[in-house]
Amino acid sequence: MVQVTLWGGLVPLADNQKTLSVEAGTIRELLRKLQERYPGLEGPIRNEVAVAVDGQIYRNDWSQELPPDAEVFLMRRLAGG
Amino acid sequence: MSLDTTYQGRNFRSVGTRPLRPDGVDKVTGRARYGADFNMPGQLVARILRSPHAHARIVRIDTSRAEALKGVKAVVTAADLPDLTEGDQGLFNTLENCMARTEVLYDGHAVAAVAAIDARVAKQALKLIEVEYEVLPHVTDVDMAARPDAPKANGTAPNIAKQTEFGHGDVDAGFARADVIVERSFLTEQTHQGYIEPHACVASCNSDGTAEMWVCTQGHFVYRQTCASLLGLDVSKLRVTSSEIGGGFGGKTHVWAEPVALALSRKAGRPVKLVMSREEVFRASGPTSATSIDVKIGATKDGRITAATAHLRYSNGPYADGWAEMGAMTSFACYDLENVKTVGSEILVNRPKVAAYRAPSAPMAAFAVESAVDELAQKLGIDPVEFRIQNAASEGTRSSYGPVYGPIGIGPTLEAAKAHDHMKAPLGPNQGRGMACGFWFNFGGQTCTDLNINADGTVTLAVGTVDVGGSRASLSLIAAEELGIDYKDVKAVVADTATLGYNDMTDGSRGTFSSSMATISAARNAIEVMRQRAALIWDIPVEDIDWEDGHAVARGENYGNLPPLSVADIAAEAGTTGGPIAGHSEIVADGAGVSFATHICDVEVDPETGSTRIKRYTVIQDAGKAVHPSYVEGQYQGGAAQGIGWALNEEYVYGEDGRLQNPGFLDYRIPVCSDLPMIDTQILEIPNPNHPYGVRGVGETSIVPPLAAIANAISNAVGVRMTHIPMSPPRILAALDREKAG
Repeated sequence: MVQVTLWGGLVPLADNQKTLSVEAGTIRELLRKLQERYPGLEGPIRNEVAVAVDGQIYRNDWSQELPPDAEVFLMRRLAGG
Repeated sequence: MSLDTTYQGRNFRSVGTRPLRPDGVDKVTGRARYGADFNMPGQLVARILRSPHAHARIVRIDTSRAEALKGVKAVVTAADLPDLTEGDQGLFNTLENCMARTEVLYDGHAVAAVAAIDARVAKQALKLIEVEYEVLPHVTDVDMAARPDAPKANGTAPNIAKQTEFGHGDVDAGFARADVIVERSFLTEQTHQGYIEPHACVASCNSDGTAEMWVCTQGHFVYRQTCASLLGLDVSKLRVTSSEIGGGFGGKTHVWAEPVALALSRKAGRPVKLVMSREEVFRASGPTSATSIDVKIGATKDGRITAATAHLRYSNGPYADGWAEMGAMTSFACYDLENVKTVGSEILVNRPKVAAYRAPSAPMAAFAVESAVDELAQKLGIDPVEFRIQNAASEGTRSSYGPVYGPIGIGPTLEAAKAHDHMKAPLGPNQGRGMACGFWFNFGGQTCTDLNINADGTVTLAVGTVDVGGSRASLSLIAAEELGIDYKDVKAVVADTATLGYNDMTDGSRGTFSSSMATISAARNAIEVMRQRAALIWDIPVEDIDWEDGHAVARGENYGNLPPLSVADIAAEAGTTGGPIAGHSEIVADGAGVSFATHICDVEVDPETGSTRIKRYTVIQDAGKAVHPSYVEGQYQGGAAQGIGWALNEEYVYGEDGRLQNPGFLDYRIPVCSDLPMIDTQILEIPNPNHPYGVRGVGETSIVPPLAAIANAISNAVGVRMTHIPMSPPRILAALDREKAG
């Protein structure tokens, strides 16, 4: 079970839950389960999120495995210049 | 083959050297082809008609007289760019920004475009297009727009379009524990990336439904995707070739007029060349946000920050994006804070659609926070570097935007600043010294490369990340290093969208970071092929062949008389051992790691004119491993130079009528060589654990600290806290007058 913290913009789309517990082995599984639980997250997850796992930020590699006690943040997918 | 991205700690032979840049001769002799240098037989010239109003409803557009003009081959309006965005709001905003639909939303918003046989006819045709406007109330100021009674900038959407919060702890409790609190408000004016090359493209739609485009861009694959979506083309039918780029800095990560050029070409049935004027670049292509930021920081007498808050209001232009949100994420990222809260508000205004600008949103947030941090240190009587060292984030710190940091580099940059002789140099009259820290995320992304071994053993490296800052030289060094050959034997080119797999844009300081990973992977794949070919040539098992210093070497007592085979030896036998030799790679380059910098600046302020000169400037930043140190220094210096312009002079000036008053380099003053000292650099090399060579992105962080470092220096020089960027002479004189008046 990983603890997932949502960035502020996602909280209203997840019944105002800022922190959630999800049983997931990879980032992909985590995102899929979040969308199943909160369909409103589907659009942002498809286009706008990056995922920080124990401080390491992933923007693309959804195959990353999640350690059992991982601290996970769903962050805004950033623009660069 | 999947790439092991773990840092390997090798001794480098090519990486870290400073060979001549491969694009240098073409650039200094004028042979390099930029966006506007491409031409096609029979091409037409495009011009765009732009709104003279900040906000208005389009009642009627009549293009008939323009269409009837001899020499005009096509006229397009929004009707020629139907909405194919299928509910994708971001894509719709891009479409509407390229060509206004029912309302114009800022001075310079495109309303129609023509393609004609030459520029004279095209210009004449624009005058014949009749547009009837119903002028609507407008708002261009970020604070005015946030008021409840402000005119709506875009339809019925609220001007405070989005609000996002970050942080942790209890800030009220933290402030209650503070012995000293600094609370201030800061303003920064809107600036442009100021790339010297305007947006330019040639678009050619063919009668078979295919199309080609040659364009100045930071991301030709992304331009292809966006333009194909807006024009209703299959992605495979649009081939995009990127030109040399005369600066982008984020401003060429977004399409502006390219879909319009394609629409004109489709209608005219001929190639169309569209080059923006400088005025159009300023009025209608992405500046960064204007901001209004409130900061409050409290600390104990012994110099420990107990709480920090910031409310950041960023102008977005007429479309809601996430610019304030990024400012809110980056604002306190340098510090280890028990109690912190930031709120970012996206504000709609009738100004051009905001675009990324080098570490987008971070410089303004750093200006506010680092100014307040400096003032707090002064009030506490603690040296500003020591104060920052005491409060700096480190491995295990919970960042102000959420995650806990891994190994990070702010501490080493601060220690290097503390030890730097710049900090000890004496100051003259009217001079002041300032320093500041900066943070940026950096990222990687989707990346694809091809490495081809040519018949003579030389190497052609095809990459898909546009070279904005010397990446072809750096990637050639990487290929040479991995293959064990000379740099001069590698030629890197930027491939077009039809000849290489998809690549994300060159943004987020990712060009060299991500394409070097893909290059290493491609080179390793090519080495595997060459080992197999050597096995065939020698007729021995491939397992008995190693790759050393650019040669296949047979291992074992039985092979003692086999001389090593060079790349050229193996390439010469390619035709008889299986055909062409190449290494291919497609990767997702995650693991860029966050980036920190510390800058030191000395200024001299003329108390009579308010004019500021930068006397000395030092940039200290971690590069992980500097692949080509001259280019890394160039990135550090370039970011600092842009920051100096932003801090001292650059600003969009809007009139009461909502029109931009200074859309040209005479009135929008970017720094020139004579404004700048030689900018000193200190490259720290703390290897990135997630890159085989330890490389980090270096392109953006250097623009984050300058606004604050210069503001702190000026404040120390004149004895008045400067809170409004740019600190132009009139603004400094006004601040001095206010101080005198008490």
